[in-house]
Amino acid sequence: MISLGHYLVLGAILFAIGVMGIFLNRKNVITLLMAIELILLAVNLNFVAFSQHLDSLAGQVFVFFILTVAAAEAAVGLAILVLFFRNRRSIDVDDINYLKG
Amino acid sequence: MAVTQAIFYLFATVLVVAALMVITARNPVHSVLFLVLSFVNGAGLFLLAGAEFLAFTLILVYVGAVMVLFLFVLMMLDINLQRMREGFLNYLPLGAVIAFVLVVEMGAMLAAGGSGAVVGGDGALGGTEAGNTTLLGRVLYDTYLLPFEVAALVLLVALVAAIALTLRHRPDVKKQDPGQQVRVRREDRVRLVDMPTEGAPYAPDTGATGSKGGEG
Repeated sequence: MISLGHYLVLGAILFAIGVMGIFLNRKNVITLLMAIELILLAVNLNFVAFSQHLDSLAGQVFVFFILTVAAAEAAVGLAILVLFFRNRRSIDVDDINYLKG
Repeated sequence: MAVTQAIFYLFATVLVVAALMVITARNPVHSVLFLVLSFVNGAGLFLLAGAEFLAFTLILVYVGAVMVLFLFVLMMLDINLQRMREGFLNYLPLGAVIAFVLVVEMGAMLAAGGSGAVVGGDGALGGTEAGNTTLLGRVLYDTYLLPFEVAALVLLVALVAAIALTLRHRPDVKKQDPGQQVRVRREDRVRLVDMPTEGAPYAPDTGATGSKGGEG
């Protein structure tokens, strides 16, 4: 049988991979967004596992809302990215301090 | 039991490898495709834990919509791939150390908490007479109705924001404006110019109406 710990360790590994992705890809905002999606997947995995463990549907409802907010975040983030690329012709993270007033 | 466990390990292994490839792939398009693979495997794990509705939502919404959005944006921008790889190895030790510390911390916390109860293929939530989707729908439209509506509002705001951000009016582009075309009146387009003819003897039948002149 698969214990709760299996899911939690997998979630921890996935979360760490996502955080590592944020540190590694300093030149590419799109990969940063994808790393954030990975982190959210890890969190969702934990929520589903705990929902099954505690025999409560609240965790799955929370995952539902996380999915909604993540979709909205991806849409707005990509829109900002397109706008930034239009103005600067690059998506380098180092170029974003150009936005400082 | 052993089959469930084998399926779990298969999904988990592919998920971790795909996630690693997402953050290390040279080409961002490959990253997106690996992210699709990891989402499919995550959906498999959801299914294993008895959350069928969320598994299929993950595949439909994420793989079907969000990842396609990523691909579209990626193909719209022509990115300099060579510049993007600069500094990758510089940040690798720092990222690896932080990831390692994170895993160790979380693992230590899990070990301190002891092993939990079983999350299996036929949990109480997934295996009841109603089914996961029915139960989730009942809770969602009953207890969590207000948050559900707020989530819809969040999506609406994101939709409007994304369109408002990327919409642009380029002044140097000539294009039709149907509203203006409909609203136009005769005075805007037609101008009557009175041009007296020169040398009246050469043209016997002058005195006709002035010629109609337009500009451009």
